[in-house]
Amino acid sequence: MSSGTLYDKVWDLHRVAELPGGATQLFIGLHLIHEVTSPQAFSALRDLGLGVRHPERTVATVDHIVPTTSQARPFADPLAEEMLATLERNCAEHGITLHGLGSGRQGIVHVIAPELGLTQPGMTVACGDSHTSTHGAFGAIAFGIGTSQVRDVLASQSLAMNKLKVRRIRVDGVLQSGVAAKDLILHIIRMLGVKGGVGYAYEFAGEAIEALSMEERMTLCNMAIEGGARCGYVNPDATTFAYLQGRPQAPVGDAWARAVEWWRSLASGPEAVFDDEVSFDASLIAPTVTWGITPAQGIGVNETVPTAAQLEPDERPIAEEAYRYMDLVPGAPIAGTPVDVCFIGSCTNGRLSDLRAAAAVAQGRQVAAGIKAFVVPGSEQVAAAAEAEGLDAVFRAAGFEWREPGCSMCLAMNPDRLEGRQISASSSNRNFKGRQGSANGRTLLMSPAMVAAAAVAGHVVDVRELLAAPAAAGASRPAVVGTPG
Amino acid sequence: MRSASSPAASPVPFPIGAIRLCRGQAVAVVGDDIDTDRIIPARFLKCVSFEGLAVGAFADDRAELGGDHPFDHPEHQSASILVVNRNFGCGSSREHAPQALMRWGIRAVIGESYSEIFFGNCLAMGIPCLTAGHDDVLALQQAITTDRAAELVLDLEALQVRLLGSPPAERSWPCSLAQGPHRMLVSGQWDGTSLLVAHDEALRLTATRLPYLKAFEDGSIS
Ligand code: SF4
Repeated sequence: MSSGTLYDKVWDLHRVAELPGGATQLFIGLHLIHEVTSPQAFSALRDLGLGVRHPERTVATVDHIVPTTSQARPFADPLAEEMLATLERNCAEHGITLHGLGSGRQGIVHVIAPELGLTQPGMTVACGDSHTSTHGAFGAIAFGIGTSQVRDVLASQSLAMNKLKVRRIRVDGVLQSGVAAKDLILHIIRMLGVKGGVGYAYEFAGEAIEALSMEERMTLCNMAIEGGARCGYVNPDATTFAYLQGRPQAPVGDAWARAVEWWRSLASGPEAVFDDEVSFDASLIAPTVTWGITPAQGIGVNETVPTAAQLEPDERPIAEEAYRYMDLVPGAPIAGTPVDVCFIGSCTNGRLSDLRAAAAVAQGRQVAAGIKAFVVPGSEQVAAAAEAEGLDAVFRAAGFEWREPGCSMCLAMNPDRLEGRQISASSSNRNFKGRQGSANGRTLLMSPAMVAAAAVAGHVVDVRELLAAPAAAGASRPAVVGTPG
Repeated sequence: MRSASSPAASPVPFPIGAIRLCRGQAVAVVGDDIDTDRIIPARFLKCVSFEGLAVGAFADDRAELGGDHPFDHPEHQSASILVVNRNFGCGSSREHAPQALMRWGIRAVIGESYSEIFFGNCLAMGIPCLTAGHDDVLALQQAITTDRAAELVLDLEALQVRLLGSPPAERSWPCSLAQGPHRMLVSGQWDGTSLLVAHDEALRLTATRLPYLKAFEDGSIS
């Protein structure tokens, strides 16, 4: 059993009681809600005659259903309008802050909470969305919950939880240039499988992790859930504190100094005991692309789609299903696979550094003929920052559409969707069958720079080839920096 | 196909109280890693109530199979037990997935393994997700696919699955359920909200020892 890890320390601090069923009642420090998984929870609360115990510890935004072309109200889709109106009503009734459209703070829930400084080390964070693991980047214990649990948090600011085991994933060495945090996590999931993390919290550690920016750490922790781990985290360090300082909800003055001291004390120490440990060498990881229908079905961009014979027996049935669904040929190279739609955005890769990395590829190049390419910033703040440094102009000049913030084609609950058998290069996190809005649409997951590269090439391509070659003659060198901020 | 648009489509009442025994016809949905996007595609999430979700259960898989999905087979229209394989319910945390299954008529699941969030969502609705060994699940799926009218009994107290075929075919397999959820279901304490709310003083004490709560001087984080 683990001990002395950040997970153990945060867990112990938040323990309220042991429950008769054997679970622990855990206090939730920050509760985030959005329009999709909260309405039924509020209804249930009403049915039980209960109120919201700590309305000041719940923060709302709207992200999943918002259109990214025109956000004028009422929305064209009456169901989407009803969902937002319901959220507005519930928040008003219970005194919950809602960062709505046009507030300057709206965006994907996992993008806005960190940028507002709401997410902090040592907190327990819950949200009715599985990618809540994102917030673990700050050294928080953050996990997705179902609607019944949203109701429980509203009613009691706590949850019945079972303690997870802790696996340390050490990544040493240095990522090659052109290889992003997205490639790192796709590689880890490829190696450990989509079920590898079930029952575990993932602690990401080692020199390659310490070298990551906060936005890269968010990409990493975001997809812990795709590896089966309900939460993933990085110990808080100077990078964490530098990101937080000055954010609207970060402590200030004396409180800041006390906070930093406390945050430092939470990190897993040298005496920490883990239930399991695995390690990776960052320098061996290539830009990674999925070829199948689970995020673990990924390969280096210069590899070939694995044949059944190359896979473990228990991986074969899902691989067979993926061959049929994706219509990719086992044994064929993934590079060169033509794409129809290129999507840059989502809570995995819709932050400023992601857009910079994609813009560095797009600058001075053109989206290939017949390809629909669009960029959806993760939040209004990301959009404003990107526009301030001209990234929107870079994308537009290259033939990308520049959209309003939201989840968009990550799950296609708004009008952005694949049609029929279209195949997308996508910076989001799930390549499940039907995920992007068409029951037989296909998704290739990759980093935002790789998506931009696919957009200009018209097919899957190793972004490092583009980065090595100069963009079209006459184009000025990128005004954007390729290194994540 | 079961007329799923009306909530009355659900042939048995929703779970209530202690859950010790689930008995009914069974339907097998075969495959590992069946994610919640497949159990209910995202377009069905555009709703402010769970009512009427039954129609979305496996909607895309059913359309793809053109009526040959187990949920479309006429013999399975009153099934209340779902038999699945490994890592069922992975992916999105959407409670719409178990809600769709429950509203279609499912009252218990037996399979090789589940994603944690899906398992927890089911527990909170009073739907037990029992686990059985790989070979036993395959045998069970085989048996109910061969005899679609057969009834299953999931005995939570004996932790046993029994197949009530025509004699002499009655067969049984062991199954398991983690101790905590097991106790919650058989005692009827699976709807935990009231339990959590009752710990008022302990909740208050916990809040006082969290430095980040005190650091927000006026208690507001808006
Ligand atoms: S961007 Fe995608 S994964 Fe992230 S919260 Fe929105 S729908 Fe969920």
